[in-house]
Amino acid sequence: MKSTLKRAGYSKVQRQMNDVFIQFTSKVIFLIILLFSVNLFMAGHYTPGGGFVGGLLAASAIILLLMAYDYETVKKMIPVNFHLMISLGLALAIVVPTLLFFFGVPFFTHQHTYVNVPVFGEVALHTAVIFDVGVFLTVAGTSLLIVTLVGGTEK
Amino acid sequence: MTLIHFAIFLPVIAAIAIAIIYRYVKDVHLGWFVLPIPAVIVAYLFSLIPSIANNQVFHHTLNLMPRIGLNFDVYIDGLGLLFAILISGIGALVVLYSIGYLSKDEKLGNFYVYLLIFMTAMLGVVLSDNILMLYFFWELTSISSFLLIAFWFTKEKSVYGAQKSMLITFFGGFMMLGGFVILHLITDTFSIREMIANVDLIMASPLTPLAVVLVLLGAFTKSAQFPFYIWLPDAMEAPTPVSAYLHSATMVKAGLYLVARFTPVFAFSELWVWLILVIGLVTLFWASFNAIKQDDLKAILAYSTVSQLGLIMSLLGVGALAVSTGANEQIFTIAVVAAVFHIINHATFKGALFMVAGILDHETGTRSMKKLGGLMTLMPITFTMTLVTALSMAGIPPFNGFLSKELFLEAMFEISNANFSALADWNVLFPILAIVGSIFTFVYSIKLIHGVFFGKRTHDTPKEPHEAPKLLLASPIILSALVIIFGLFPNILSGSIIDPAAMGILGTDTALNTEISHWHGFNNPALWATVAIVVIGTVLYLFRSSWMFIYDYHKEQFTLNHLYDQGLIYSQLGSAKATDGIMSGFLRDYMVYIFGFFVVFGIVTTFYTGLPITFDDFAQVGIQDMALVLIILVSLAIIMMTRSRMVSIIMLGAIGFSMALFFAFFRAPDLALTQLAIETVTTTLFLVCFYHLPKRSKHEESIKFKFTNFIVSVGVGAIVILFGLAAYSNRLFDSISQYHIDNVYDLAAGGNMVNVILVDFRGYDTLMETLVFGIAGIGIYALMKAKVSRKDDDNEEHA
Amino acid sequence: MELITIILSGILIASATYLILSKSVLRIIIGTGILSHGVHLMILTMGQLKRGSVPVLDDAVSTYSDPLPQALILTAIVISFALTAFSLVLLLRNYKELGTDNTEDMKGVPHDD
Repeated sequence: MKSTLKRAGYSKVQRQMNDVFIQFTSKVIFLIILLFSVNLFMAGHYTPGGGFVGGLLAASAIILLLMAYDYETVKKMIPVNFHLMISLGLALAIVVPTLLFFFGVPFFTHQHTYVNVPVFGEVALHTAVIFDVGVFLTVAGTSLLIVTLVGGTEK
Repeated sequence: MTLIHFAIFLPVIAAIAIAIIYRYVKDVHLGWFVLPIPAVIVAYLFSLIPSIANNQVFHHTLNLMPRIGLNFDVYIDGLGLLFAILISGIGALVVLYSIGYLSKDEKLGNFYVYLLIFMTAMLGVVLSDNILMLYFFWELTSISSFLLIAFWFTKEKSVYGAQKSMLITFFGGFMMLGGFVILHLITDTFSIREMIANVDLIMASPLTPLAVVLVLLGAFTKSAQFPFYIWLPDAMEAPTPVSAYLHSATMVKAGLYLVARFTPVFAFSELWVWLILVIGLVTLFWASFNAIKQDDLKAILAYSTVSQLGLIMSLLGVGALAVSTGANEQIFTIAVVAAVFHIINHATFKGALFMVAGILDHETGTRSMKKLGGLMTLMPITFTMTLVTALSMAGIPPFNGFLSKELFLEAMFEISNANFSALADWNVLFPILAIVGSIFTFVYSIKLIHGVFFGKRTHDTPKEPHEAPKLLLASPIILSALVIIFGLFPNILSGSIIDPAAMGILGTDTALNTEISHWHGFNNPALWATVAIVVIGTVLYLFRSSWMFIYDYHKEQFTLNHLYDQGLIYSQLGSAKATDGIMSGFLRDYMVYIFGFFVVFGIVTTFYTGLPITFDDFAQVGIQDMALVLIILVSLAIIMMTRSRMVSIIMLGAIGFSMALFFAFFRAPDLALTQLAIETVTTTLFLVCFYHLPKRSKHEESIKFKFTNFIVSVGVGAIVILFGLAAYSNRLFDSISQYHIDNVYDLAAGGNMVNVILVDFRGYDTLMETLVFGIAGIGIYALMKAKVSRKDDDNEEHA
Repeated sequence: MELITIILSGILIASATYLILSKSVLRIIIGTGILSHGVHLMILTMGQLKRGSVPVLDDAVSTYSDPLPQALILTAIVISFALTAFSLVLLLRNYKELGTDNTEDMKGVPHDD
């Protein structure tokens, strides 16, 4: 990503610039965005949010890191295989509705129950959440795959 | 999800495992892993026989989409069980045979995966009660058959045969779907059981004849009836285990199954009865006549299969008379029993014959009758099996083919005595066609035995002939043994499976208590017919050289194959001509067609309907809204004016963020969030791409070009506004939103309606959307990673 | 408000059409982006604007704004992103292979051989 900016003329002017500030702040903001995306995802069933937004925000958090560092460094910081993310997400999205047959209900009829957990109190368990995890993973994985592919090809 | 559902899907589930095993286990022949699957299924199905024999039926439902009637209802009666046992039983034998037939160098993974998919599809066809599921599995059998015929896809003939079979069976499948839709319109159900219960609705409907023809088209194409049989001889390019399995024992019988299954629904229709009867007899006659002139072993067997299918089809036609007319019920019931019995018999003797043909091919290197001869002493076991099975096919006692052929002739004699409709004067044709067809069958059966095993050895064979290994012999030996056992003791079948199956076809509950006997007394015309068949057949065979010239009159340009080939060529030429006129190759032209059509369509609609528009019931306008509208308009104007790419990208971002704000103002927080996130990622993507893009677009647009575009876009915009206003002013239906709002907590235990709709109420949309997203990702990956082809390579490829 | 948004979406769609009909692929991609914005606005308007509160369950609220168009648009937004990304990469790849972003020059070799 940075190499791209460099070739666009950025480096000629700003050769002396120190990237420490942007790198440090992006690390902090990265965590904040990531936490926010998880929060949005988890809360999605009751308040605004959900798998799509969560996935996109997670992706944009990593894109921020890509802005500050180059592709190799980010790859080392977050060793995630995007292909695996996409496949896992798609598999979850398809397997969960199919497995619902075992509850003796039609395809895509989600099941839910409430469980009492110590400390947290009553917690809702919902199969829709697992489906949403699939959406989250697919969206995040695909967005990241696209951006890294386009940004990382010029070698 | 019951055990039987699991049994149907077991082969497909196992296919995944087989594909993985194929990749990692190279030492053991893959077939050994496949063999247990049909064996387990057949064992399970056998355990159901006692209850079925006691006239029990099983009915299990698995709800898929209950609201549109798409449920996976499994209905097992005698008919379904009979076919299911044939499918899994012959399947097990074929897999065993294929272990010897296909070497480990072939693409065994593909072969067995296709075969297992076929097994599931076929089990699904014969066990589903829901016609939508039946149709789904039906097409799946066509697809797997296509893949298996084209297994040696480097051979041109294989590809030709595969395409031919696919075109013809898919044509029939679509027709059948049309018939099913009509049936659904009439009865308002997808269940065959309920259709039988509502048969008076079907009787009363004027659409019924159309449904009859459409459903029969599906059955006739699948079961290779005249004139659609032409695909079956070409399908013989498939590996022999496939021919033995799909193209003689199981898949081609799906059409028979369909006719049998729908007999209680349609039997009252004369059209149904006569179509089946006449087409079946014509097929029997024509195919057996053509079988004699063939020189290829498998071609003889293919034509023979077609003719035998015609025989069973005509029997089902007589059986339908039993359902519709109360009169000679006893007699016509025999026809149904004969049909069921012959389905079993044909599976045994024809399966064995195909395997024998495969053995001959395997051990001598050729299938041509001209090169084979005098093999009796060299291949004694193969000879014995051929003798048994071919004589059974010819209808010689004491084999099982004799019994069912006797019943068939009896039924045909009965119908000539009966008095039906206007065709009564022609009734005498039925037994004549039947006897002539049987004579030809006798002739080619004898030709098969005599030509291959007797006479002089030719020494033309590519390989030195010798007896086949035990692995190849095992399956046909089992089938030949069954031919003898069923021939000697037919009544072990009649009580256990034939009667329940016949009852399923007739749609009755009363037990039939059939007794199949070898001897019917001297007064029986069928006995004398058999004697005549043997005598005339022998004479014809002995003097065959003096009458074979009649085949020369059958010229190439009058054959159905010629018709098919020409039709294919001309349809391709015609469509190429039609598209070449419109398709200029310029993207913009296509866009103008699309938008132009939209505009014309819009104007015509407005002209005819008037589009009533009312201007009330609007919400308040706030200052912030107007500011946003202004921002969007200005950004748009800049995009239209500027030639700088950077500016247009940034302005696109501005429009996107304004949309996010709009969503926030219009009480759609989820949308606002998503739009924000998407806009960020999109803008990043545009900027990343920016570096790689051309500095300046080299396109000069003339005034005329711009003017046309302007006219079209203004038209589109005006139509959109008109339609938008009209749609907003007229609400033709109640919104379904209230349902979602009311049930969001009770049914889905959620609070955020938008998200609940996405993941629960309309989860299908989201699932498909996720798939689209994933596919886009994969597509982009392929685009970026694909090797850059040089201009030179490109030219070489085209040259 | 609905009158304004319908007209606005009409203008958006008209401009998008104009851009799509141009020769530059980049302008076509921008056009599809704008087209999707116009369509989203239209769908949202069909569910009526500014009626009821945010569609999140709340005991104190009795009327909600229509959640169905919102769900549809959410799906459409994500799909249109996938489309934009795909066509951008297609453009990129095309430019590398053919050296042009002009659709007029991209016309394929006619298959007459």
